[in-house]
Amino acid sequence: MIETHDLSKHFGSFQAVDGVTLSVKPGKILALLGQNGAGKTTTVRMLTALLFPTRGWAKVNGFDVFKQPAQVRASVGVLTEQHGIYVRMTGGEYLNFFGEVYQLDSAARKSRIDYLMDYFGLSEAINQRVGEYSKGMRQKLALARALIHEPPVLLLDEPTSAMDPESAKLVHDEIGRLKSSQRTIIICTHNLVEAEQLADSIAIIYRGKILITGSLDELKQQVLGPIEYEVLMSKPWQPQGLNLPKGVTLNGIKGSRLRFHVERPQELNPILLHQLTKSNAPVVTFQEVPQSLEQVYLKVMADAQAGEVINTHEPAITQEVDLL
Amino acid sequence: MSWFSPVWFVTKRELRDQLRDWRILFPLIVLTFLFPILMNEVARSAVEFVSRFGGTLLVDRLVPFSMLIIGFFPITISLVVALESFVGEKERGTIEPLLATPLKDWHIYFGKLLIGVLTPLVASLSAILFYLIIVSRQRIELPEPSVMVQLFTLTIVHAILMVSAAIVISVQSTSVRAANLLASFIVVPVAILMQGESALLFWGNDQVLWLAVAGVVILAGLLIRIGLAHFQREYLLGREIDVLNFRWILETFSKYFVGETNSLWKWYRVVVYRALVKLWVPVGIMVILAVITFWAGFQWTVTTIPELMDLAAPELLETISDRLSESTNLIGLGQDISAPFLFTHNVRAVGIILLAGLVSFSVLGLVIYILNLSIIGALLGVFNLLGFAPINLALFGLLPHGIFEIPALILSSAAMLRIGVMLVTPQVGRSLGEVVIDLLADWTKIAVGIVIPLLFIAALIEAYITPALLTYGLLN
Repeated sequence: MIETHDLSKHFGSFQAVDGVTLSVKPGKILALLGQNGAGKTTTVRMLTALLFPTRGWAKVNGFDVFKQPAQVRASVGVLTEQHGIYVRMTGGEYLNFFGEVYQLDSAARKSRIDYLMDYFGLSEAINQRVGEYSKGMRQKLALARALIHEPPVLLLDEPTSAMDPESAKLVHDEIGRLKSSQRTIIICTHNLVEAEQLADSIAIIYRGKILITGSLDELKQQVLGPIEYEVLMSKPWQPQGLNLPKGVTLNGIKGSRLRFHVERPQELNPILLHQLTKSNAPVVTFQEVPQSLEQVYLKVMADAQAGEVINTHEPAITQEVDLL
Repeated sequence: MSWFSPVWFVTKRELRDQLRDWRILFPLIVLTFLFPILMNEVARSAVEFVSRFGGTLLVDRLVPFSMLIIGFFPITISLVVALESFVGEKERGTIEPLLATPLKDWHIYFGKLLIGVLTPLVASLSAILFYLIIVSRQRIELPEPSVMVQLFTLTIVHAILMVSAAIVISVQSTSVRAANLLASFIVVPVAILMQGESALLFWGNDQVLWLAVAGVVILAGLLIRIGLAHFQREYLLGREIDVLNFRWILETFSKYFVGETNSLWKWYRVVVYRALVKLWVPVGIMVILAVITFWAGFQWTVTTIPELMDLAAPELLETISDRLSESTNLIGLGQDISAPFLFTHNVRAVGIILLAGLVSFSVLGLVIYILNLSIIGALLGVFNLLGFAPINLALFGLLPHGIFEIPALILSSAAMLRIGVMLVTPQVGRSLGEVVIDLLADWTKIAVGIVIPLLFIAALIEAYITPALLTYGLLN
């Protein structure tokens, strides 16, 4: 479990993180999105008790980051922005060192090292110097290091940024497995597809402030408006005499495509389809207009930047949202 | 798991790294096995060359001196190892995963201190032993065991001194390049220290050399304390870069110096008062030290000088008297002493105490303070020996301006003492730079607000009132 309230950090006059309030339950994944320098790494560092907040509080696995930093660090597995690999060690020695530091006994260390090296396909390179590893292999090794002590909380900064698609899938699968074993996970990423696939909730951070947070559907609804449905006709068709049910509005016609806003799709879509058929509309397909996280992200960032120009004192959308 | 295990994990990892790095191994091997041979040849040639002209070198001193030098060179590698171990990790980003583990700050600190000392020290001691083997095969007499112990101890404390200083530098640097540049602040003083120790070796005064050992141990201890105080995760991951930001320095100093005041009265009432309140413990220490050293100076003079005078030959006393008279003229005491001269002299003394304190964590500043007060005690002792009542001298020659001058000296020295103490005390949430500026601002508040006005008044009294009072007091 990760909980923060009004979490803030400034370096001199620079406000790196400003009033972040979050709550991530065990078995859930939060994706933290934002530009470079938005405050993601500083937030993660505070959650790892590497930096102390200048305001607010944070609890990780029930431990206060300010009062119980050692317990916090023992509970967290971190994949840092820079992977922090000792190039003169072999992969096995590297993991063994961190196993020792996390106080795993010799048998547990061996078993975890074997499992992780095997899982990430690094078994053959276990006695190879890390300096000879490829970028992707190093990233996998760094991830293995973060998992060596089976931490209940994982903070992963760009977990697949340097990986090929097969390796990235391996990592996604492992993250999924960790989620199902009730780990609490925060992922900082620029890969919006990855965030869409993995995250239960998403928070967008801009200049230290959380602009918006919620599940993907909630974000789409909140930022892009109600879901649109598009009906494709076999030929251009005018909806004269079409009896639209209450809660459905015709949003536009473009050639043989009609777009509708539907307030309660589960209830109203069958009625709408029935009315179209009754009006002899030459329906070929009826489908949801895809809305992506990318659209949400770009719109939120554009609004935030525009909002700043107009009125820099007002937060762009919201600062405090509970993810529960 | 014992308390030492986490420290050893860090050391062991670094040791493995070092043993795989030829850039560290190569110079260590060269310095361990080639340098003693070279040093032996140079020493032998020097002895032969001098003897060709009928001269003699202090051969019995050459061996200990060579041991000191041979031991020192591999130790210099400790500086490189320590800088690489701290700043190198910071620069390569490998420190963050380490800091994210449950290891405590001091585990990492001592783990790295140990590795900084360990390899170069093993090389250094091996080089000395190798040299001793070479020397013994040439049937040259080896130094006394006590000298050997002294030299081995010196070599060990040199290593600890350099590594602990390197760590202090490393904590403040974000790049190996910047740390290497700053390393001259270690190399130059240690080289000077080595020259002094070499002179002591040739002089053959073991006791003084042990004092040098003790001094280096104290300095290393203070550096370890300051390194530990500032070796905090927060600083190691800080965003500061190695740029000398004069604007920031001035703004920060001004913020601390002026505070949130807009009038001189408020500045005195709030800002100077707060700085003064922080000094009550250092002032207490300084007052106690003042009383003890004053008394010690007086007692030493009244007991020791008559004994020395009894032992001295009359011609020697005459020479001493002449030289004393010359030296008083040299320092200007024979001339008319004006108020501006006294004022600038005293301000300079206060400044020197601060500077000495700054470069030595207050130790040298304290030494100067103690010397000043013991000289006053000694002066009263001399007058006592000359037949004047010391109480009269104190009342008429010292007290009128002393009631301003002595508190000024105590206050400024107490502020200097606080700088040293605070530097070696953990300061959570502030960088070392910020701490130093804050402490200097506090010192300046006391100096500008209280000490300088007091010294000004004291100089006026000492120049225009004290001489008359003293004449009256001594004649009556």
